[in-house]
Amino acid sequence: MALKIVKGSIDRMFDKNLQDLVRGIRNHKEDEAKYISTCIDEIKQELKQDNIAVKANAVCKLTYLQMLGYDVSWAAFNIVEVMSSSKFTYKRIGYLAASQCFHEGTDVIMLTTNQIRKDLSSPNQYDTGVALTGLSCFVTPDLARDLANDIMTLMSHTKPYIRKKAVLIMYKVFLKYPESLRPAFPRLKEKLEDPDPGVQSAAVNVICELARRNPKNYLSLAPLFFKLMTSSTNNWVLIKIIKLFGALTPLEPRLGKKLIEPLTNLIHSTSAMSLLYECVNTVIAVLISLSSGMPNHSASIQLCVQKLRILIEDSDQNLKYLGLLAMSKILKTHPKSVQSHKDLILQCLDDKDESIRLRALDLLYGMVSKKNLMEIVKKLMLHVDKAEGTTYRDELLTKIIDICSQSNYQYITNFEWYISILVELTRLEGTRHGHLIASQMLDVAIRVKAIRGFAVAQMATLLDNAHLLTGNTQRNGICEVLYAAAWICGEFSEHLEDPMQTLEAMLRPKVATLPGHIQAVYVQNAAKLFATVLQKHEGETDSQAAQETSQLLIDRLPLFVQSANLEVQERASCILQLVKYIQKLQQKNVEVAEEVTALFAGELNPVAPKAQKKVPIPEGLDLDAWINEPPSESESEDEKPKVVFAKEEPKHYRSRHTEVDEKELARRREVRKQEQANNPFYIKASPSSQKVYDAPGVEHIPVVQIDLSVPLKVPGMPMSDQYLKLEEERRQKEKAERKKKEKKKKREKRGKGRKADSGPESEEDITPAHQVDIVTEEMPENALPSDDDDKDPNDPHKALDIDLDKPLADSEKLPVRTHRPEVLKSPAEDRDSKSVPQETKKKSSKEKKEKKKDKEKDRKRSKEEKKKKKKHKEVEEELLESQPEEAVQSEETKEAAAPPTSTSAEEVTAPSSAAAVDTSSAAAPESEPDEPKDTEPEDTKSSKHKKKKQKKEKEEKEKKKKKRHHHHHHHGDAGGEDSVQNGTVEEEEPLPPMSNYSLLAENSYIKMVYDIQGNHQDESKVVVSVIFENKSDSFLKSMEFNVLDSLNSKLQRPEGAGPHDGLTVPFQLPPGVSNEARFVFSVQSIVMPQKLKGTLTFIVKSDESSTHEKLDFKLHFTCTSYLITTPCYSDAYAKLLESGDLKGSSLRLEGINMPFHHLLARICFHHHFSVVERIDSCASMYSRSIQGHHVCLLVKTSDQTVSIDAKCDEPSLLGNVLDEIKQTFSKC
Amino acid sequence: MIKAILIFNNHGKPRLSKFYEHYTEDTEQQIIRETFHLVSKRDENICNFLEGGLLIGGSENKLIYRHYATLYFVFCVDSSESELGILDLIQVFVETLDKCFENVCELDLIFHMDKVHNILAEMVMGGMVLETNMSEIITQAEAHNKMEKSETFIFQCPRQDR
Repeated sequence: MALKIVKGSIDRMFDKNLQDLVRGIRNHKEDEAKYISTCIDEIKQELKQDNIAVKANAVCKLTYLQMLGYDVSWAAFNIVEVMSSSKFTYKRIGYLAASQCFHEGTDVIMLTTNQIRKDLSSPNQYDTGVALTGLSCFVTPDLARDLANDIMTLMSHTKPYIRKKAVLIMYKVFLKYPESLRPAFPRLKEKLEDPDPGVQSAAVNVICELARRNPKNYLSLAPLFFKLMTSSTNNWVLIKIIKLFGALTPLEPRLGKKLIEPLTNLIHSTSAMSLLYECVNTVIAVLISLSSGMPNHSASIQLCVQKLRILIEDSDQNLKYLGLLAMSKILKTHPKSVQSHKDLILQCLDDKDESIRLRALDLLYGMVSKKNLMEIVKKLMLHVDKAEGTTYRDELLTKIIDICSQSNYQYITNFEWYISILVELTRLEGTRHGHLIASQMLDVAIRVKAIRGFAVAQMATLLDNAHLLTGNTQRNGICEVLYAAAWICGEFSEHLEDPMQTLEAMLRPKVATLPGHIQAVYVQNAAKLFATVLQKHEGETDSQAAQETSQLLIDRLPLFVQSANLEVQERASCILQLVKYIQKLQQKNVEVAEEVTALFAGELNPVAPKAQKKVPIPEGLDLDAWINEPPSESESEDEKPKVVFAKEEPKHYRSRHTEVDEKELARRREVRKQEQANNPFYIKASPSSQKVYDAPGVEHIPVVQIDLSVPLKVPGMPMSDQYLKLEEERRQKEKAERKKKEKKKKREKRGKGRKADSGPESEEDITPAHQVDIVTEEMPENALPSDDDDKDPNDPHKALDIDLDKPLADSEKLPVRTHRPEVLKSPAEDRDSKSVPQETKKKSSKEKKEKKKDKEKDRKRSKEEKKKKKKHKEVEEELLESQPEEAVQSEETKEAAAPPTSTSAEEVTAPSSAAAVDTSSAAAPESEPDEPKDTEPEDTKSSKHKKKKQKKEKEEKEKKKKKRHHHHHHHGDAGGEDSVQNGTVEEEEPLPPMSNYSLLAENSYIKMVYDIQGNHQDESKVVVSVIFENKSDSFLKSMEFNVLDSLNSKLQRPEGAGPHDGLTVPFQLPPGVSNEARFVFSVQSIVMPQKLKGTLTFIVKSDESSTHEKLDFKLHFTCTSYLITTPCYSDAYAKLLESGDLKGSSLRLEGINMPFHHLLARICFHHHFSVVERIDSCASMYSRSIQGHHVCLLVKTSDQTVSIDAKCDEPSLLGNVLDEIKQTFSKC
Repeated sequence: MIKAILIFNNHGKPRLSKFYEHYTEDTEQQIIRETFHLVSKRDENICNFLEGGLLIGGSENKLIYRHYATLYFVFCVDSSESELGILDLIQVFVETLDKCFENVCELDLIFHMDKVHNILAEMVMGGMVLETNMSEIITQAEAHNKMEKSETFIFQCPRQDR
C-alpha cells in the first residue's frame, strides 16, 4: 500500500500540471489542436490511476481545456471522484470542474447527492462553502428537492460565510424546485434582518430576484424593505431594494407616494452615482405609477430631469448613456418635462458613440410635436446621408418612420411632406427596410384618402424610374417599395394623370428581374390600370387608344406568363386571356369598360392586426374537440404518463416531453410550409416568404446599363425641404389670422386667452394642411376587448408565482430523507410534533394578539430546540471524525428524524403564523395605523409593530428635516385621504421655507444651531443634532461638547467616560465650513420641557497663534421634541377620541394672519403632527410621544382666530405642547 | 442576475469563462467570439455598456465591460443589475486580483485560471453577487490558500490520502 502511494507521488512528479499544459499550448502555436489531443490522451491515462492527486491534477487541466472549447463531459465520473476527495484542495478542483461542465443532462449528477450532502454538513466551513458554490452552478430539480432541507438548515449556520452562501443558493433551489419556496420563505425573510451585512445583502438579493418576476406576492414585504432602505448604508443593498421598489410601485401606488420622499433625500445626499441613478430610476417608476392618481409631482420630475441632465452632460460616456436611458422612461409619461431638453438630445445625436446616438434616437421619438416634427425629421435625414455604417443608417430609417407614424400619424400635419420623405428614403441603397417604407406608403395611401392623388402621382414617378431603385443588385431590399408603388397606382388609378404611361412603365421587360411577389403585384395592377384606361377612352369615338392598350398588354404579358414564379405565371396568363377576349370585343365595338372595371370594384379597407384573433368563437363551437376520432389509445398514453411514472423519473419526463413537443411542432411547421410552397392554390401570406429571383427565361432580356454616377434623385420629385418652407409659411399665415381673431376674443373672455399667451404656438393650434381622414382599422363585430396575448408560457419563473402569505399547510414540508423511518425519537420531540398542529389550529381561531404571544413562545422554544440540536450535532461531529462513514449515516438519520418534527413542523409553522399576522396588517403597507389595535391605548402587545412603524416614520421625518428648504410637507401619508389633502394643499400658494433648527449659541468664532428629535429606537432617548458653523478665518479644532446633566436628562457618554466628561466633536472646521454632529440624551420624564446648560470648548488655530476658546449655551428640550410624527386614520382617530381616556384642553390664538394650510403645515412641521382629516377650515391632527402618549388636536379657524381643542392622555404634556404651539405662532 | 463572466485578451483568447447558464462548449466559444467582436471594435473612450449579443439572452441582457491593458473583463447581466454597480464590481474584481497576485498581469491569469475562478467564486455565486467588500474577499481567498498549504504539507508525508 505504502509503496503504491510512493510510486504515485513519483509519477506525479513527471506529470504535467496546469502550468505545464498552458506553457505547452503556448509553445505549440502552429499545431495547437494536435498538441492538445496528445495532452488529452495523457490526461486519460492519468485519470485511470488510483492516486487522487494525479486525478485532481488531470481534472484541473481538463477545466482549462473546457474553457478553450473542448468537450470534457466524458470525464464527468472522474470529476465526481475528485469532488469526493477528503482534501479541500482536490475537492475544490473537483467542484470547480463540475460547476464548469455539469448541467441538467449530466447523468452522473445523481451520484453526487450524498457526497454534496456530506460536504454541506462538513465541520469545515470551507468544504461547505465550496460545495455550495459548486452546487449553485449545476443544481438540478432532483438535487434541489433532495438537498433543499439541508440548505435551509445552513441558512441558520453559525458562520455568516456559510449563511450568506446558503441564502443565495436558495434562489437556484426555488427555481428548480418551486415547492420549496413556501416552506423556506419565512426563514429567508428572517435573514433580511441578519446581523451580518453580507447575509442581509444576500437575502435582499434573493428576494429581489424573486420579487422581480412575481412582484405582487412580495408586496407584504414592502414595509420591511422600506425599513431596510432607510437604515442600510450598504449601497449594494440599497440599489437592490430601490430597484425592487421600482418593480413594486406599479402594483401599489400608495407605496410610491411614500417612497418619493426618502428617495428624493437619497438623491440629494448620496455621492455614489450608481445609487443616485437607481434612485432616479425608481422615482421615475413611482411617478409613472402615480401619473394617473396624483396630478402634481412636478417637483420630483424636475429633480429627476435635472439630475439626468447633469448625467447626460457629463464627460463620462457611461453616465451619458444611462442618463439618456432613464430619460426615455420619463418621456413616456411626462414628455413635456423632457421636451425642454431637446437641444441636449439633438446634440447627443452627433456623439461619436453609437450606443449614445441610438439612445438619443429613442428619445427623439417622444419629443416630436406637430410643431417640430418636420424640423426633427429634417435633421435626421441629414444624419441618414452622413451615416457611415448601414446598421446605424437602418436604425435611423426605422426611427424616422416610427417617429412619423406614431399614434396614428398624430403629429403629421402635411401628408404630402411625409410621402416625399418616404420617397426620399427610397434613395438609400442596401437598406434592409424596403418593406417598412413600402408598408408605410401603402398605409398612408389607403388610410388618408385626401393624399391619394398626390401619392399616386409620386408612385407613378417612382415606377417610371424604377430602374434607379433596383440598380444592378437585385437583392437590394429597397425594391420592395415598388410593390407598394405598383399597388397604389393600380388601386387608385382613377387619380392617375396619364395611366397609359404608368401602364407602360409597369410592363417594361426589366420588371421581370424583380422578385416574384413584386412582379405578381405588377401584373395584377397592370390589369387594374388597363380597366381605368378603357374607361377613360370609352366615351371617345376613336377607339384607337383603347385598342392600342390592349395590344400593349398582349405584347408584354407573355413575358410574365413564362415566369418561374407560380403566382406571376398564373396571374399573367389569366389576365392575358382576359385581355385577348376584350380585344375581340373591342374589335366588334362592344363597350366593355364598365364590366372590366367591375372586376376591381369595391374598396379595400385596412384590417387591424389583431382582428383575426379577436373574432369571438361562435356559441356551440368547441375548438378543442376532436374533429375525427383521436389517434390510437397507445399514443395518447405516451403523451400523458401516469403519475407514478412521473414520480420515478420526473426530470426525464419533463425534458423529454417539451422536447418532443417542440420538435414535433417544428416538424409540422416545416411540413406545412412545404405543402404551402408546393400548393399552387395557396396565396402566400407575406410578400417575403417566398422569393424567386432569377427566372430561367430572363437571360435573353436586354439589361440596360444605367449610369449610376447620376445622383439618385428621382426626377420631377418635390423635395421634402420645400414642404418644410411651405409649411412654415402656411403656419405663419394661420398664426397671423388667429391672432386677429384672438384679439377679438380676448376682449370678450380674458381667462381663456391664457393658452395663447403662454407659448408661441401650442399643439392644438396647428391645423393640418389638408383635411385628413384617417380610416380606422376594421375589427370584427363583437370583438373581445381582452388584450392578454403576450405572456411567455415557458418562463421558468412562472412556477414561482406562489402566494407566500398563506399559512403553510402540513403537507408543505421540504422533503427529508426518510429511508429509515424506524429512527428513535426523543419523547419530548414526539410530543412537540403532535402538539404543534393542534396548536396551529387553535391559533387560527384565536385573536391576533394571542397569536403573537404564541409566536414568540414558539420562537423561544424553537431556539432552545436548536441549541439542543446543536449540542447533539457537535457530539456527533466528534464521533464523525473517528469513524466517518458510520457517523455520517447516523447523523443523517438524526437529520432525517429531527427536521420534520422540530425544525420543519415547529419552526416553519411558527414564522408562518407570523406571516399570517403580517398579511393582514401589512398587505397594504400604509394602512397599518388604521387598524384599531394600533391605537387602542391598552394594547401593549402590538408594540412591536408600532415600533417598526415609528421608526420608519421617524427616519422619514429626520430626512425631511435635513432637507431644510422643504416646501410642502407630507402629512403622514394617510392613505386614501392623503391625495385629497395634498391636492388641496398644493393647489394653494406654496409654503414659505421652514426650518426646525434654532439658535443654540453664537460668538465671533462659531455659531451653533440645533434640533431635537425623539429617538425611534428607544422611548427614553432623544437625539440632538447640532450644526457647527465656523464664522472665523481660522481653523477650529479639538471641539469638545459638554452638558451639565440634570436628574431627568443626561448626555449619553461613551463607556468608561466620567459623568462630567465632554464629548469630542468628531470633526474639525476649516474657515467658513459647517458640519453637523449628533448627541444622544436619555430622558426619564417627557411631560415637562427642560433646559440644560452646556459648554463648547475649542481651539482656534490661525497662522500665527492658537487660542483656547469656549462658548456657553442652553439646550432647550421642548415637549414638542418628544413627539414623533405618526400617521393616523380617521376611523382609528375617532375610536381613540371615543375611548374617553384622554383629557382635554384648549387654546385660542388671535390675529393669526396666514392661510389655513400654512398654519397646518407649521403645526405639522414644527410640532411633529400629521393631519388626519381636513374639512374646509377645520382639521384634526395627531401625534405621539416617544413614550406612547396620544396627542390629538382639532384646529379650527375663522377670521384670524384659531382655536385648538386638544386631547391627550397626559395633561401636563398637552399643556406644554400647547404652550409651545402658541409660542410658535406668536413669533410670526 | 449575472449570466456570464468572460475575460479575454485583445486578440479574443479566452482567459476565463464562467457561464451561469448551461451552454454547449461550441456555443460557449461562439459567445466568446461574438462578445469579443462586439467589444473589441469599440473605441476606448465610449460607454462601457452595450446591448447583448444575439447568442446570450438577447435584448433582456446587457454587456458591461472594462478594458484593462491587454484584457477585457466582460459581464453579461440582465436588467436586475445596476449598470454602474457592475462596473464597480469589475473594478473590485480586478483590484482583488491585483492584491492576490501582486501586480496582476495577463500571464497570471493564463497560468492560474483556477485561482482566478476561486477568487471569483467568493464574489459571485450562481450568477448573484455574493460579496462586494474587497477585504472580505481577500480574507476568504487567503483562508483557502492557507488550507491548501496545510494540506500540501500533510501530503508530503502521505498518510490520509485514500
